[in-house]
Parts: sequence; structure tokens; C-alpha cells
Amino acid sequence: MLSWLPYAVAGWIFLVGCYGLVTSRHLVHTVVCLNVVQSSTYLLLLAVGWTRGGTAPIFGDIGRSRAVADPLVQAMTLTDIVVGAAVTALLLALTIQIAKRRGTVDPRALRSFEQESEE
Amino acid sequence: MSAPDGLVEQLPVLLVVVPLGAGALVAALGHWAPRILADALAVLVAAVCTVGAGRLVVAVGGGRVVTWLGGWTPASSGSGPGGGQSVGIVLVADRTAAMLVVSAALLVLAGLLFSWRYLEETSATYHALMLVFLAALSGFALAGDLFDAFVWFELMGAAAYALAGMRVEEPRSVFAAVEFGVVNTLGASLTLAGITLLYARTGELALAYVGERLRSQPADALVGFAFVLLVVGALVKAAVVPFHFWTADAEAAAPTPVCAVLSGAMVAMGVYAVARWWRVAFDGVLPHPTAEHLLLVLGAVTALVGAVMCVYQRHIKRLLAYSTISHVGVALLGVGLLDEHGTAAAIAYLVGHACTKGPLFLGSGVLLNRYGTVDEHALFGQGRGRWFTFSVFALGGLGLAGLPVLGLWWGKATLEHALSVAGAPWAVAVVVVAGALTSGSVLRLTARVFLGLGADPRSRSSRDGDGSEEPEEPEEPEEHGPIGPRAAALMVAPAWLLLAAGVGLALVPWVHRAGATAGAVFADRHGYVEAVQHPHRVLAPVVGHEETVWTGTGLGLAAVTLALACLVAAAALWAPRVRALPWGRAGARAARSVVGGLHAVHRADLPEQVAWLLAGAAVLAVVFAL
Amino acid sequence: MRARLTVLLAGAAMLVLAVVGVRALIHLPGAGDVAHPYGARAVAAAFHHATANAVMSVTLDQRGFDTLGEEFVLLAAAVGTVLLLRELTAEREEEAAHTYGPEDVFEAVRLAGYVLLPVTLLVGGYVVVHGHLTPGGGFQGGTVLATGLYLAYLAADYRALDRLRPPGVFDAAEGLGAFAYVAVGVGGLLAGSGFLADWLPWGQLGKPLSAGTVPLLNIAIGIEVGSAFVLVVAKFLEQALTVPEQAAEEG
Repeated sequence: MLSWLPYAVAGWIFLVGCYGLVTSRHLVHTVVCLNVVQSSTYLLLLAVGWTRGGTAPIFGDIGRSRAVADPLVQAMTLTDIVVGAAVTALLLALTIQIAKRRGTVDPRALRSFEQESEE
Repeated sequence: MSAPDGLVEQLPVLLVVVPLGAGALVAALGHWAPRILADALAVLVAAVCTVGAGRLVVAVGGGRVVTWLGGWTPASSGSGPGGGQSVGIVLVADRTAAMLVVSAALLVLAGLLFSWRYLEETSATYHALMLVFLAALSGFALAGDLFDAFVWFELMGAAAYALAGMRVEEPRSVFAAVEFGVVNTLGASLTLAGITLLYARTGELALAYVGERLRSQPADALVGFAFVLLVVGALVKAAVVPFHFWTADAEAAAPTPVCAVLSGAMVAMGVYAVARWWRVAFDGVLPHPTAEHLLLVLGAVTALVGAVMCVYQRHIKRLLAYSTISHVGVALLGVGLLDEHGTAAAIAYLVGHACTKGPLFLGSGVLLNRYGTVDEHALFGQGRGRWFTFSVFALGGLGLAGLPVLGLWWGKATLEHALSVAGAPWAVAVVVVAGALTSGSVLRLTARVFLGLGADPRSRSSRDGDGSEEPEEPEEPEEHGPIGPRAAALMVAPAWLLLAAGVGLALVPWVHRAGATAGAVFADRHGYVEAVQHPHRVLAPVVGHEETVWTGTGLGLAAVTLALACLVAAAALWAPRVRALPWGRAGARAARSVVGGLHAVHRADLPEQVAWLLAGAAVLAVVFAL
Repeated sequence: MRARLTVLLAGAAMLVLAVVGVRALIHLPGAGDVAHPYGARAVAAAFHHATANAVMSVTLDQRGFDTLGEEFVLLAAAVGTVLLLRELTAEREEEAAHTYGPEDVFEAVRLAGYVLLPVTLLVGGYVVVHGHLTPGGGFQGGTVLATGLYLAYLAADYRALDRLRPPGVFDAAEGLGAFAYVAVGVGGLLAGSGFLADWLPWGQLGKPLSAGTVPLLNIAIGIEVGSAFVLVVAKFLEQALTVPEQAAEEG
């Protein structure tokens, strides 16, 4: 039973992040919630890659025959973290500009520019 | 297939690496080197990529060029560290992928030429980002590995968010970029979760290996769920309803050359990904009819919602954005047939769309820079005598209806044929209606802006007194200072380049043969897997079954579409007179009540957009995994 | 009203996703029991190329093409952030009036900053060049290196930081770092073994000079990542230091 716990936690973190995105009242909070959603994928990846009894897949000081966690998912997680950080930087930069131009960072006050039209 | 020579074998890698390297150099030297150097290098690289991808389209023929990167080509003997299966990343270039790279490179080239003399303040950063964007598009099209595709997918995103928001002095632009970034990143997270679940099930990342493993055991709810998560990200990028809300804002607010690439190339990649992933990994694993019905419904809804919203826009770039959504829906109909002809037609349609919508966006950029607005009403009659820009809009508008020998004609005719052969005449009707509404909207704005036809819309709201008209806020032009005639000519020229490429697509018979072969190769799953596992084995080339586009039905449907488009345009231009007809006012009121709800939904804020995304994902999950 | 409907729609969707997700994930083996055919091959391949850190072997050797894309995501984000937070012509005049930097920093913090600066740079460099042997690598080390520069900000002030960070140098270093990664990859192409192939001698597992191109790529990444972080943090710092002062003047 306990071995399903990581999946459940990943799912929970994903839902919490989505709830935050939907109810957010501040764009910085929105961006952080997006980070929370992304963290759920890190956890899911690491949960999938773990091997029972396995250690870190770094063979500097352990024998070659030791059981190790899957290095693939760790590399993928690393990539994912960097990508997440990069996108976060961009979104925060945009948020600063919104604060300057629009005077508000409440996502609910920033509606799509769809206009009522008359044709 | 004759064994490809050395250069062709390396072309897929070079199509990614050359723009990346050039992008890095431009970013590095941008502070010191003069602007002209960045312009010249970027244009040169985009041109080289266009030619290189074109060479690849010719050279792959009915086969594929498979490249295992990092020298990790699997040993055919099964010895070595991989035991016959590689640990590297594979690029698979078939004709479909190569055609998409050509159109992406051509759009980037046109965009860079368009901005040769403008976007001064942003200097070389813009060029670096455009080149990186191009590399990401190529990498995504060519990747034969799920996680690698995800990386290029995210790179596409990162470059695009920055480009979309770069007009920071314009409040709409920055907000649109945030919407774009948040929604697409959420979609990408779902895609990554899907990739993770597939890795947990199959233990592989190469698409061909994943497909083989999935086929080795009966599918269960996990596979369905993984598929849904995987495609949601692609559907977000493809701007499919209900994942499409970011599109109109982003394409209305981004700099126009960026809009052309977003609308012509990036959105197409989303559709392509769904088709590719289904074909290689899930076809024969998940129920075929479910996928077919779902994609057809999604396609039809997207085509119609986009088209209706398009008619009701007066901001020209927004109008074009909704028409992009509509045309993506049409292409998805072709993919939804899940057969060789449908896919071939969808790709032809997407490439033709790039050659039609690109010029329209560039044309709207010319308007924005000359008049400081792209509001159709404010521009009423302003464009009289600007024949070059007029012709871009007129030809683009007619092209959207699938007028023969313009870009979309080939794709639209083959698509209609494929849909009717597959027994979906209702889908043919959707294609015609979508074409008529989007084309009619562009024809309407062309007639208003360049010919001053119809009632002056600026005076109408006061006369009708319905008070619904909100004045458009003036928009920051993308360039400060007047644009001379030579600069203006340089801006229109790339639009003409794209239109000419579209005519080439429609007229050259070789292209149609190549397209049919592309569809056949795309559909050949065994060939794909075989080529990935044994890259040096020479396989028999696949030959596609080519249908002529010059059929009576095709021409007839084009005529019907065009007639309807003219009707739509005329009804809008002379709206007061239409309302004066006996049924006119009632008709207008009925249309307004239908569209009113749609409008209200589309005034979505960011939380609403996220909610729609989750709802769409939930519906897909119920369909595939419950 | 509209906000409540949104939450309801999203809540219903999340409930459905949760139910379907549970029904789907039941079919997975529990964590720890998932089979890793690719992972096993990757470990074997890491030994084959004498790379003790198998994660780094995957990142830079076996799947170096992913990392190429990842590096350019960072480049795009850094360049994009600089672009998005650029000074507009209209804002430039306001700049002159500002003073930068923390004036009332405790002496102890200053001292700690000065002491930690060389240590941080040393650790960062170590993490970069030992990436193929021990946990770490270009991304991690590059971040540590960038942190070092900001210790200078804490220890001195913004002006000192500005002197350490002449305009254009980090922009150039970042682009050149990314270009160096591409160049090492092209080296493989020229050596005839394919783009991003591990074309240098592999050496012996666990030795400082082993794993072929992996240390070179780590250094390229270290330069790129360090510069990118310096650029991004600098831009945000500028905003943090200017925006509140503007508000204070208005208020």
C-alpha cells in the first residue's frame, strides 16, 4: 500500500497547484502555483525511477553491481527543473511589466480583450 | 531508397543545430556587433534552413532519414552496451516532418525579412530568439523520442513567450504573453506526466520502442490516461477548443512577424504531434473508433467556433487569430480520419495555411505600422490606393476560401475528397462553412479598409443607438517614426514570397505526388519502427496513391465556399440594408443571441482559461480511460 | 458569480481527473517495483564510457541532445528576461535619482559575504569540473558560481556589483557558453562519430580526466548557466531596487 503513496502525493500536489491557479488573486501566486504543478511531475518521475533498495546511480565509491535508481528519470527531472526555473523567470518578468502597465496583478481583473461586437 | 549521401544523413541534425548555434552567436555578439550583422546572419541561416529542409523533402523520397544522436546507433548484431537497443536519442525525418520544417523555416525567413528595418529597440535579442524558435520547431518535428520532443516543445514555448511579450510598452502584449505562458506550461506539465506514465509502463522513451512495448500487452486504463495527458499539451499548442483561449490574445498582441510563425508553424506542430503519436504508439492499442470520433468532433467544434468568432472581430490580428483556430480545426478533421489520405490532406492543408495566413499577418503588420492601429473600423477607407498591401489581403482572403491555385486549394480539395470517401459528408460541410466564414471576414475587412465599400462603420453605432460599440483603445505601433516607401516595400515583399510559395504548392504536380507519398510513409507504422531499429537496413520505398486535385467536386466546393464567403462579406458590409429586409432584423437578433454567449465565454480571465483546460482534459480522460 | 462558476467547473474537472487517475495508476507497479529496461542499458553505457556519475552520462553523453535543448531554454529565458525588463526610453530619466544597495547592512553580514565569496566560487568551480564523478555538474555548479557574485552585493553594494558586472560581458559569456556546447557537439560530427558523440578518449572510470567530452560540456554549461543566472537576477534586482523607490516618491 505504501508503495502507491508517492503517486498519490504527486496527484495531490498536481490538484493543489491547479486549485491555486483557478483561485489565484495575484499573478506571482499564479506563477508559484504553476511551479507547484510542475513539482508534481518531478515527484512522479522520481517515484517511477526509484528501485527497491537502490542507491544513487553514481559509481564513484560504490560497486558496479549495486542496485541503483534509474538515472534516466533523474536526468529528466533535472531537465524539467531547469525548464521550470527558466519559464518562471520569464513569467515573473512579464508580471513586473503588467504591474507597471496595468497597475494590477489580479488575474481576474485581467480579462481577455474579447470585445462585444456588432456585426 | 538509395542510400542517402553523407550530407542528407546529417541534414536533420543540422536543421536543429545550425539555427541554435547561430542564435547563440547572435545573442553573444549582439552587444557589440552592428545591427546589420544580426539581420544578415539571421536571414542567411533561415534561408539556409529553408533550402536544407527542401533538400530533405526531396531526398527522403518514400523513405526516412534516421539519425541516432551521439553515435548511439543500435548495433544490428545485438552486441555492445545497448544489446541491440540504443540508449541515445533518435531523429526521424520523413517527408511529412521535412515539409513542416520547410514551412516553419520559410515563415521565420519571411518574418525576419519583414522586420529587417524595424523593431529597432530590441536589437539582436529578437533575432536570437527567432532562430532559437526555428530550431525548436525543427527539433520538435524531427524528434523520434518522446522526452526529446517535450524539450523542444518547451523551448518553442520559452522563445515564443518572450517574443509574444516583447512589446512591453503595450499593456495587452504583456498580459497576453502571461496567459500564453501559464496555459501552455500547464499543458506541457500534463504532457510530461503522460510521458512519465508511458515510461513507467514501457520503460522506454523512443516513440518506436514505446509503441512496440505497448503493443506487447493488452491496453488498460493506464495507457488511455497516459495518452490523454500526452495529447492535452499538444492540443493546447494547437489551439483546439476548449484549450484555445490564449491564442486570440497572443496572436493579437505579439509582434506581427512572430504572429505569422505562431499561427503558421507552432500551431501546426500541435496537430502534427497528435497525429504522429497516435500513429506510431497508440494505433492498434487504444480503440480506433473512439479516437476517430473524438478527433472529428474536436475538429468540427474548433473549426466552427473559430469561424464564428472570426466573423465578429474588428481587430484585424484577432480576426486572423480566430481564423487560425478555425483552420486548425479543419486540419484536425483530416487527422481524425486516422488514415493515410486524411493525414496527407491535413499536412497539405497546414502547409497551405502557413502560406496564406502568414502573408495576412504580415499585411496587418504593415497596416499597424502605417496607421498605428489594426482596428477595421478606424481604418475604414484609409487604405485606398495601397495596391500592394491590398493585393496581399485580397489574395489571402480568397485563398482562405480555397480559391484554386492559391495555397490552401491543394489541401482543401484533398481534404474534402478524403472526408467524403471516408463517409463523413457532414465534415465536408464543416470545411466549407469554416472556409466561407473566415474568408468572408477577411474579404469584408479588405473591402472596408482598402476600397471603402459599404456603410461607414464609424457612423453606424450612433445611428443604431444600440450602444454596444466600445471604442478601441489606440495601440502602440511596433515601430516609432514614419516608415518610408522602401521600408514598406521590404515589408510587403515577404508576404508576396509566401503567397508565391503557396501558388507553387497548388500548381506543381510533383508537390502533390510528394504529399501523397508523405501521407503513405506517415501511415506506415511498421516502416517507422523498422527504420528506427535498423537504421542501416535499406527498406523498399513507399509510394502514395495520388488523387488529382482538379476534380469537378473540388472545383464545385471551392465555388460554393467562395460564393458563401462573398455573401458573408456583403451581408456585413451592407448590414443596415440587410436589417431593413423583412427577415433581416430578426435574423440579426437570432445571430446575436447565439453569438452573445460565445462572446461572453471568450472574455475569459486566466483562472477561467485554466478551468477550461482542466475540463477539456477531464472529458478526454473520461472518453479514453474510464 | 462568474468566479464561482469557474471554481465549480475546475473542481468538477479535477474530481473527474482524480477518479480516472486513480483507476489508471492502479495498473502501475508500486514505486520501487517499476521495470527499467532503458535505465539498465543506460547504466551499462555509462560504464562503457567510463562515466562514474551515470546521471551525467545520460544528461551529457547518451541524451546530450535533450540537454542542448534545455540549455537553450535557459538561454531563451535569460535573453527574454533581459528583453522584457529592458529600460524603455520613457523610463530612463527616472533612473538618475536613485541610490542603490543596502546601506544598513550589519557588519557581520558584510564580513560573512567577503569570507564566503572565494569559498563559493571555489565550490562552484569544483562542482562544475567534477560533474562526471560526483553529484553536480554544469547546471548545479553554474548556479553556485552565480550566487558568489551576489554575495558581493551583500558584502558591498549595488555599485560594487555593477563594477563586477560590466554590461555585455555576461550576455556574451552566456551566448558563447551555449555556442561552446554546440561546438563540442559538432566536434563529434567532424570526428565522424555523429553529433554530440563522446569523441574524446574515455579514460578510466572514476579518474578526474575521464568520460571523454562530458567534463568539457559541463564547463560550457557552467559558463552559460552562471552567466544566465547573473543576468536574470541582475534584471530582477534592478526592478526590486527601482520600483519601490518610485512608489515612495509618489507617496
